[in-house]
Amino acid sequence: MKLTGAQILIESLKAEGVEVIFGIPGGAIMPVYDVLFDSGIAHILTRHEQGAIHAAEGYARTTGKVGVCMATSGPGATNLVTGLVDALMDSTPIVAITGQVPTHLIGTDGFQEADIYGISIPATKYNYLVRDVNKLAQIVAEAFYIARTGRPGPVLIDLPKDIQNAVTEYVKPKPVSLPCYNQYFQEINEAQVDKAIQAIEEAERPVIYVGGGVIISGAHQELYEFAKRTRIPVTTTLMGLGSFPGTDELSLGMLGMHGTKYANYAMGEADLILALGARFDDRVTGKVSEFARNAKIVHVDIDAAEINKIVYAHIPIRGDVKKVLQVFLKKLDKAKLKTYDKWHKQIQEWKTQYPLTYENSEDRVIPQYVVEQIYEATKGEAIITVGVGQHQMWAAQYYRFQAPRSWVSSSGLGTMGFGFPAAIGAQVAYPHRTVFTIDGDGSFQMTIQELATAVQYHLPIKIAILNNGYLGMVRQWQQLFFKGRYSHTFLGSPDFVKIAEGYGAVGILITKKAEVRPAIEKALETDNTVVMDFRIPQEDNVYPMIPAGGTLKQMIG
Amino acid sequence: MLHTLSLLVRNHPGVLSHVAGLFTRRGYNIESISVGVTENPELSRMTIAVGGDERVVQQIIKQCQKLVDVLSIKDLKYDESITRELAVFVVKTPSNQSRAEIIQIAGVFNARVADMSETSIMIEVTGNQRQIDSITRLLAQYGIEEMARTGIVALTFPSKRKPEDSLEKE
Ligand SMILES: Cc1ncc(C[n+]2csc(CCOP(=O)(O)OP(=O)(O)O)c2C)c(N)n1
Repeated sequence: MKLTGAQILIESLKAEGVEVIFGIPGGAIMPVYDVLFDSGIAHILTRHEQGAIHAAEGYARTTGKVGVCMATSGPGATNLVTGLVDALMDSTPIVAITGQVPTHLIGTDGFQEADIYGISIPATKYNYLVRDVNKLAQIVAEAFYIARTGRPGPVLIDLPKDIQNAVTEYVKPKPVSLPCYNQYFQEINEAQVDKAIQAIEEAERPVIYVGGGVIISGAHQELYEFAKRTRIPVTTTLMGLGSFPGTDELSLGMLGMHGTKYANYAMGEADLILALGARFDDRVTGKVSEFARNAKIVHVDIDAAEINKIVYAHIPIRGDVKKVLQVFLKKLDKAKLKTYDKWHKQIQEWKTQYPLTYENSEDRVIPQYVVEQIYEATKGEAIITVGVGQHQMWAAQYYRFQAPRSWVSSSGLGTMGFGFPAAIGAQVAYPHRTVFTIDGDGSFQMTIQELATAVQYHLPIKIAILNNGYLGMVRQWQQLFFKGRYSHTFLGSPDFVKIAEGYGAVGILITKKAEVRPAIEKALETDNTVVMDFRIPQEDNVYPMIPAGGTLKQMIG
Repeated sequence: MLHTLSLLVRNHPGVLSHVAGLFTRRGYNIESISVGVTENPELSRMTIAVGGDERVVQQIIKQCQKLVDVLSIKDLKYDESITRELAVFVVKTPSNQSRAEIIQIAGVFNARVADMSETSIMIEVTGNQRQIDSITRLLAQYGIEEMARTGIVALTFPSKRKPEDSLEKE
């Protein structure tokens, strides 16, 4: 069967099970869009390519499938870069397809030419510039394989226009075999697991420290059973939220810079840390030389390069967390487990002494209260996406996530403007679930134009803007560490209700505490996109807080 | 300490950028890098000299291993491998005496005189890094007009090769 490159691409995407593409067309990708027109694959037209790739990320993170986005050459392609790095940092499987100028124009500074292959090398797990239409089908198969296996990540395929138009015999791709790509697929070293179990038997104050790897590998059930059987308390990173029920008695909530005091104290006092699919980010460790100094560290990770990267692992275990935990569970039968009563008593004291709370007496719209009300109104079952800033931390602290893949946050890169387009991807994936964006007024304005997308595709996303009129998190740092000199962080944001209405969405203004819950209820009943403008106090801060690079002793609030 | 890393990589465009880019992004300093095709036309061998303590080098190795185009990577031990570099110098020869001295130095290092003019002399030399550094220092006394170094190439001695050195990654 003779097909054009564009037809081969679409056939290949179908073969990979792709149901939806997020993107924006343009000159260099038009042959592909032409085939897409009646291909049966859905397409969501965003208003900015950054929106397209964040939507693909939201789709990927909530479903576990590969998210696909598409853009034209030059400016279309370069607009994807932030999302590529975002996906790389948070191990999100993405295939990005970009049009490119025809092969004979490559390198000539042709119209809308950009070397996206070169630009995206450090921004992707792998990338391709297709120079031969006969290789296209195999390349697409490889790209999906690389994106979704091992430690997942973004893969970019740059496709010149003449290759899209070139005609060739379509041959189905061979099963992917990449001799250079096998470092992830090793046997689990059971002797190491035995050592770790011995460490558990010997420990007095163990803590399980969980990262996004547990969610990616689908290991939440294994984690639950492991924690319950060993009775070891569990703290999660920002990426790990939802991997362990936030309401469980063993849950310490989030740790790190804005983590709970009891999680951080527990880490500080621990004599054994079981790090599962977590990478010791500086937002978790603070000053590394002071971090968990008395603890033996067991580090389970699929990516060998993560082990010993930041902290020395006494017992490294390389492998997929789910499979490793299964080995642990099998071996637990024979283990001499303790109950760690003294340790639990200590943690309980910390929990009582330093609970996660906030001042809620006045009739103002307190951000933490808003998050709690969203939690209650949605029974903890919504998908929550966030921007970056104070609102992100309040959402992480006060929405008690119960299930994996219900929390979508740009964690590694910290990309403002991520939350709302990510919600678009999540809502496309789950049309019947409640998808909430908890956003800052600054973050929201970075991708606000995607309101048009949400309305066009009838996506009933609920957007809760915690509007403090500031680039709040930066203002907080200015207040605490720069003598209150608020250098260029005042936004004085626009009338979001009118903006929402201008886009055809519903806008609700909330200025009093009593209005909070009714507004949320109303939003949940509305089947349109809803923008809630919560006017929160301008200068509220996120506490507790460990200053960047600081230690537990320097914890504020 | 300087380490000599030997990588087998897929021989196709972009590989060098992927490897070199990783060093830039992670803040590792490449002292020298040389690339050439191997006995298998589908593979190239890269020899990279990097400085850093054991932990940094281990991290570099693991990060390189993750690259989809890298088939294998080894940290070559000094006493188990041959490492060679080629250097070419043009050195000033203000007098006949200095010329004679330079030729003598060249003799000690088994270097070859490649060309000569009234005022300068061209010398090529192969050797390990210590030898190249030494001759460079000695020639510098006379004034080096120009020089070029290839960066090192290296291979493990067949007698020291271990089974785990086979083509697969660790
Ligand atoms: C694209 C981008 N630019 C800048 C920053 C730096 N930054 C981090 S938090 C923040 C303020 C966020 O303000 P807003 O979205 O209003 O949220 P708030 O902190 O007020 O809740 C800024 C500017 C960033 N994370 N991302």
